[in-house]
Amino acid sequence: MEAEGRAPGPTLPPAGGRGLEHLAGVPGATPTPLLTASAEVLEFDDEEDDLEVFSKDTSLAEANSFSPSMPISPSSMINQYKFEDEPELKDLFITVDDPESHITAIETFITYRVVTKTSRGEFDSCEYEVRRRYQDFLWLKSKLEEAHPTLIIPPLPEKFVMKGMVERFSDEFIETRRKALHKFLNRIADHPTLTFNEDFKIFLTAQAWELSSHKKQGPGLLSRMGQTVRAVASSVRGGVKNRPEMFTEMNDYMETFSHKINVLDKIAHRIYKEEREYFNEMKEYGPIYTLWSASEEDIADSLKGVASCIDKCCKATEKRMAGLSENLLPVIHEYVLYSEILMGVLKRRDQIQSELDSKVDALANKKADKDLFSEEIGKLEDKVECANNALKADWDRWKQNMQYDMRSAFTKVSDNNLRYYEEVATYTECMLHLKFQGLLREFWLPCSESHLQFDKADEHYCYI
Amino acid sequence: METRGVDQKPLRDAVPGRMDAPEVTLANSREAGAGSQHLTPDGPPCPEQAGLPGAPRPVPCGRARCACRSGLSACAQRGAEPLIAMESAEAEPSESRPEEDGAVPASDLPLPEQPAATMEDCLAKKMEITVSEAEKRTGRNAMNMQETYTAYLIETRAVESQNEGQCSPVDSLWRRYSEFELLRNYLLVTYPHIVVPPLPEKRADFVWHKLSADNMDPDFVERRRIGLENFLLRVASHPVLCQDKIFYSFLTQEGGWKEMVNETGFQLKADSRLKALNATFRVKNPDKRFTELKHYSDELQSVISHLLRVRARVADRLYGVYKVHGNYGRVFSEWSAIEKEMGDGLQSAGHHMDVYAASIDDILEEEEHYADQLKEYLFYAEALRAVCRKHELMQYDLEMAAQDLTSKKQQCEELATGTVRTFSLKGMTSKLFGQETPEQREAKIKVLEEQIQEGEEQLKSKNLEGRDFVKSAWADIERFKEQKNHDLKEALISYAVMQISMCKKGIQVWTNAKECFGKM
Repeated sequence: MEAEGRAPGPTLPPAGGRGLEHLAGVPGATPTPLLTASAEVLEFDDEEDDLEVFSKDTSLAEANSFSPSMPISPSSMINQYKFEDEPELKDLFITVDDPESHITAIETFITYRVVTKTSRGEFDSCEYEVRRRYQDFLWLKSKLEEAHPTLIIPPLPEKFVMKGMVERFSDEFIETRRKALHKFLNRIADHPTLTFNEDFKIFLTAQAWELSSHKKQGPGLLSRMGQTVRAVASSVRGGVKNRPEMFTEMNDYMETFSHKINVLDKIAHRIYKEEREYFNEMKEYGPIYTLWSASEEDIADSLKGVASCIDKCCKATEKRMAGLSENLLPVIHEYVLYSEILMGVLKRRDQIQSELDSKVDALANKKADKDLFSEEIGKLEDKVECANNALKADWDRWKQNMQYDMRSAFTKVSDNNLRYYEEVATYTECMLHLKFQGLLREFWLPCSESHLQFDKADEHYCYI
Repeated sequence: METRGVDQKPLRDAVPGRMDAPEVTLANSREAGAGSQHLTPDGPPCPEQAGLPGAPRPVPCGRARCACRSGLSACAQRGAEPLIAMESAEAEPSESRPEEDGAVPASDLPLPEQPAATMEDCLAKKMEITVSEAEKRTGRNAMNMQETYTAYLIETRAVESQNEGQCSPVDSLWRRYSEFELLRNYLLVTYPHIVVPPLPEKRADFVWHKLSADNMDPDFVERRRIGLENFLLRVASHPVLCQDKIFYSFLTQEGGWKEMVNETGFQLKADSRLKALNATFRVKNPDKRFTELKHYSDELQSVISHLLRVRARVADRLYGVYKVHGNYGRVFSEWSAIEKEMGDGLQSAGHHMDVYAASIDDILEEEEHYADQLKEYLFYAEALRAVCRKHELMQYDLEMAAQDLTSKKQQCEELATGTVRTFSLKGMTSKLFGQETPEQREAKIKVLEEQIQEGEEQLKSKNLEGRDFVKSAWADIERFKEQKNHDLKEALISYAVMQISMCKKGIQVWTNAKECFGKM
């Protein structure tokens, strides 16, 4: 995974990838949050026979297209969701880059280059390069949702939102989208289950025409719509009846979280806007001192010094702005999307449960066809149990990630701000030192030399 | 102490030479660090700063409130260039030609036996002056209508330099802004060659959104109080102005002061043309230095206005950045309620964001002082221009008088010799309607000769006046320049210091916040 420019600080894993936070979602196992990328092996209890290191057992992998119609024994299904992932075993590296514009008679669209490097056996080659457009990503997401209705599928960047003045094909928009798509694929790659999804593999490896033909197979748009409609309808009908407490808690949590993260999104954008306005005004401020110096004699030099200092501080402000835009805004936005996804996942779980509940009710009323119903109910019970376990495990995982991501993002923003203030203080101190010698008073502190480089030509200090 | 009127002559040197210290220029002040009491912290503190009872809140040294910045230059040594206006309008000013009309070149004028006031003598050293309070009052104005105004308490106390232990009594009286204006107008008319310190603005200008433009707003009143005190200190430390009786009475005599001022009849002496800013006077030979100075004062005014406007906008934006962070606090707090491990970190980080948002109020209030210091010099630019204008007017009058004299002389000559050199209506009519009798001519010549003599005397005195004015005005201008350069440097330094302090606060808050985020 290529390194994306990171500020000094706690070493961060590649975007979307985590060192070691996949945790056993089994009741009884104690998850140990390890949120640094330093490779530490997650210790687990050898006595827990239920736990299995998730191996590259192809039989399991092929069976991972988990759809309701496939009969799979409960234990094997449960096993799918308990594992550990060691960083040394990370074997799938994906990058999304190089946006390119394509113009046809009908439309204009952008494709992105998706490069995959892997050592996994089930991949024929160890390196793939394909081009994908946004539609393809949408397709992948919907396939994953279909296959794993109660797993938390990472969010995709929005289709096109008229937010601010960003145009559909502006560089800013494309770059933001590219980063989000990159994150999307990496999150899937890091997900213990989704990473082995067949459609995911095809997405990464198939040539354009192969992908098109593959897309045409499988349940069409209408049936997917039908599923969604049923899901919504059933949740309205009251899939909440026998909902385990845990999921009610999750629901309550998500409602509050969703609200807060949206507010946070607004605040973060507002801060960015204010910082940008401040920067715009500052740009005009320095030159006035230069203009003034032209009328003066004795204080001309001092005024020029002030002008130069202000200009440098202005650049520092610009950096701070950029840092906010890079480190905080995308993270918060991703979690805004996540909150919607999670609400959807909880609804789907409720829907699966309500299927069971309605069958149970029907059984209670109709004493006939007992055996037939029992078998169906048995299957549904399994289904519900799997769904619940899947969700629970993924939920824990998601929470861990969220905690990590938030902490990391806000820490970076703090670092940004610290660096900004240190820079400004240093430039100002140096200006005082150079331009106002002899007039300084006790408050002046020596410049922190380590960050500075004296530029003899311009006669000033540069912050490195 | 005598009131110095315009008519008195000769005007003494406006600025005392510092006989005991080497000439202080900004070039050597940096190395020496000496020469000025307030360039280094080691200078003797102002009485205002010494924390004596009745002293105002201590302020960082270098602010305009710190007085005693007069007499930095030794203008006696720098002779002002003699300005020579010849009878004929075409003559150019030259520096060394002796006057034909008896006007003595400035270098020949006797040096003053005693300077107007040395730094030690100026009023500010002898007397502590503060404007300590402001009070809202209601009263009846001239038209017997009720009005609200603010009155300011001026406290004065003699400085006991020897006996530190003694506490002399404090005298005080109340004055309102209009009385300050009256005082200043009086000084402007009475000392046209002096760059008279400006008053704080009448109405709040260059305000950013949080500051009120209302004259009754307590913050505005407070800043005005400081500005008025600064004005008094400036006047009290000016070598010439501090000796003025009317000024002294302003500080010490509550009743009857207005009458006293009006009795001086200064309003009558005021040249209305000075106020007519738009009128241009065709001055043929103004002193180039004054022309340049007027140009400079225009530039200074323009650039400082621009600076203040942009600064106000920058302050506005900075306020926005800080305040918006305050929104974090509440949402973090609400979010922390649903989190287990993240809760504490979030909550405490939110608190720090609140601290951050609140810190901008103090920061910007301090920065307002910087704006006030700039504003003072914005208004000083006008005072500077007034002196230049006075010179222009004097020069104009001089040139008009010289012109008039020339034409009279010509007339006289024509009458005497009978030749007509220039066209005149009289000449034409006399040619057409017959010449005058010799008696008539004689009479005319006599009248003219009298007028010419008068005119020559007047021209002489105007010339002298003009030169004295230039000399003393330029001396005060040099004093002013040094003061300005010093004050502006100090202002820039204190601005930079404020910046650094703001950064340190920011660093502290974000370090704390980072720690909290780390615990999330």
